[in-house]
Amino acid sequence: MQPVLIEKLSYAYGTGALARPVLREIDLVVEPGEIVLLTGPSGSGKTTLLTLIGALRGMQDGTCRVLGQELAGATEAQRVELRRRIGFIFQNHNLLGFLTSRQNVAMALELHPGLSERDRLARAGEMLAAVGLSDRTEYRPGQLSGGQRQRVAVARALAVRPGLILADEPTAALDKQSGSDVVHLLRELAKRDGVPILLVTHDPRILDVADRIVAMEDGRIIDPEAEAA
Amino acid sequence: MEASHQTSPRPAEFFLLPLRLAWRQLRAEKARLFSAIAGVMFACVLVFMQLGFRAALFQSTTALLASMRADIFLMHPLTTASFRPETLPRVRASQTFALPEVRAAVPVYLAQAVWRNPENGTRRPVQLVGFDTEAGVMDLPGLAPLIEALKRPDTIAFDRRSRPEFGDVGKILAEQGPFKVQVANKQMEVVGLVDIGASFGADGNIVMSELNFRRIARERIANTVDLVAIKLAPGSDLNAAVARLRALLPGDVMVLAQPDLVAHERAYWENATPIGFIFAFGSLMGLIVGMVIVYQILFSDIASHLKEYATLKAMGYSNAYLGRTVLSAALLLAVLGFVPGMLFSAFLYDVVGKATFLPMGMDVERTLFIFLLIFGMCASAGMLAMRKLRDANPADMF
Ligand SMILES: Nc1ncnc2c1ncn2[C@@H]1O[C@H](COP(=O)(O)OP(=O)(O)OP(=O)(O)O)[C@@H](O)[C@H]1O
Ligand SMILES: [Mg+2]
Repeated sequence: MQPVLIEKLSYAYGTGALARPVLREIDLVVEPGEIVLLTGPSGSGKTTLLTLIGALRGMQDGTCRVLGQELAGATEAQRVELRRRIGFIFQNHNLLGFLTSRQNVAMALELHPGLSERDRLARAGEMLAAVGLSDRTEYRPGQLSGGQRQRVAVARALAVRPGLILADEPTAALDKQSGSDVVHLLRELAKRDGVPILLVTHDPRILDVADRIVAMEDGRIIDPEAEAA
Repeated sequence: MEASHQTSPRPAEFFLLPLRLAWRQLRAEKARLFSAIAGVMFACVLVFMQLGFRAALFQSTTALLASMRADIFLMHPLTTASFRPETLPRVRASQTFALPEVRAAVPVYLAQAVWRNPENGTRRPVQLVGFDTEAGVMDLPGLAPLIEALKRPDTIAFDRRSRPEFGDVGKILAEQGPFKVQVANKQMEVVGLVDIGASFGADGNIVMSELNFRRIARERIANTVDLVAIKLAPGSDLNAAVARLRALLPGDVMVLAQPDLVAHERAYWENATPIGFIFAFGSLMGLIVGMVIVYQILFSDIASHLKEYATLKAMGYSNAYLGRTVLSAALLLAVLGFVPGMLFSAFLYDVVGKATFLPMGMDVERTLFIFLLIFGMCASAGMLAMRKLRDANPADMF
């Protein structure tokens, strides 16, 4: 079963005469364990596609199956449930400023029953160690560098052992070196656990982490072969 | 990928986890937390003072009647408050003896007269209470040992809880024994002290025998009285006696058991004067101000953390969970503000009670009631602030 299976997905902002199509008949598949990079010019609809896959936005036309859940016509409860199985990494780290790194990571685990507080903190500690922050577990985000914060965000996204990682320009707020460090770390951990990743980026320096690169333009996925021809 | 991901958190964690999150968030910003606590405390103290004054005033308005300890009273149906009674025919007292359970029935006379302060000569109206002190029908606190002395002509007992403007009668009594004061231009001898308490209608009280009352209030028509106090034979059924007296007596008297007499007086002050409304209004103002403060704090807490809340929603936290977090914050503020507010109010009660001679005191029922008000105030502020959570849209996060 493919983690992401999209057929003829279209989406428009606004309604009626003001409707502005942003995605046009997208077909996209992400295979198990695959790392897919989504690139394309600004405004081509990459973020919109990611929010639809992440069940953060209601579907309009087409079908979109994520981790076995059909999103066309899904209820709010089904979407919330699906989101718990997806790890999100945002352009900004969006960590809670009043919690330590460990508590931030443990928050993601609170939604998963059967774990005691000790389990949660222990697993959060392991995840932070995996991203190389075992000496920063009791720091608050304000006391960390940008790259360290984004690594905490990676640990948080991976802590729940998600079925899929969605990341939107995770390196945009980082300098060259720490940006590259973070995505390579992400790749390494995802490969270890076999988690597929769909990652939007403009950053040419990180294209090497991809198993496959998908390009978008004006709401469509452009076929590399057709492009080459 | 794991099947166990479906269900919601364990019941104990249902409230505890949002509560802990709310506490961690509140604790992180000390200045904001303290201003919120101060706001709740302010509302709390205001409501405590308003309701405390209200209770004290109502309690003091009924101090005179509450001190008249007999089983049943007769009163004119048009009497609204004891400081300006309608009179009833004296003969009603003797008519009650038609019931075998009536042991004794004595007329009670109420009037106001001018009292001259024995220390500095200033004049002030005082409440006179006259009745047959020997009959043993009405047991005013402190009266029993004075009954013999009050038999003498022109003697009175002074209410030790009268306002201090009447002079320190207790001290003079202790120093030089019974002494003369001027009441209604007559020299009366103070022979002892009783415990009644100042009220709205009267700042001070003096008690005397029926005979001595007549000697002061000469203008009073002898065959009209203000109240009739009735004592029943031991073991009689109070309610049955009230019912039988009502059937027996004509419509110009109202038959009331002692607690109903007090309640009747209290109802006048509560309903026929704006006093009750004024204090309710003051309390409401305090609650509204408190609510606005708490709302502001919670609202700005959410507004400044919108991105984080949206992230939590993206991670799969439900609106309901975040709503519980906001409500928990509101309830934490309620508790954190109420406790110091209550302690401070207890201190103020003490200070104000000493300054005004009003019976200000903490009581469990009012304290619980005010806690519920503060709780409700914070909860509604939380509910209002929660609407801001809708602005945390996870789709805007990328
Ligand atoms: N909430 C919205 N309401 C209306 N229009 C929107 C909204 N979000 C995005 N758009 C429009 O949809 C188009 C696609 O936006 P989207 O954010 O998906 O592009 P993108 O490929 O992620 O661009 P970028 O590389 O700049 O992030 C843009 O023209 C944008 O103006
Ligand atoms: Mg974008």
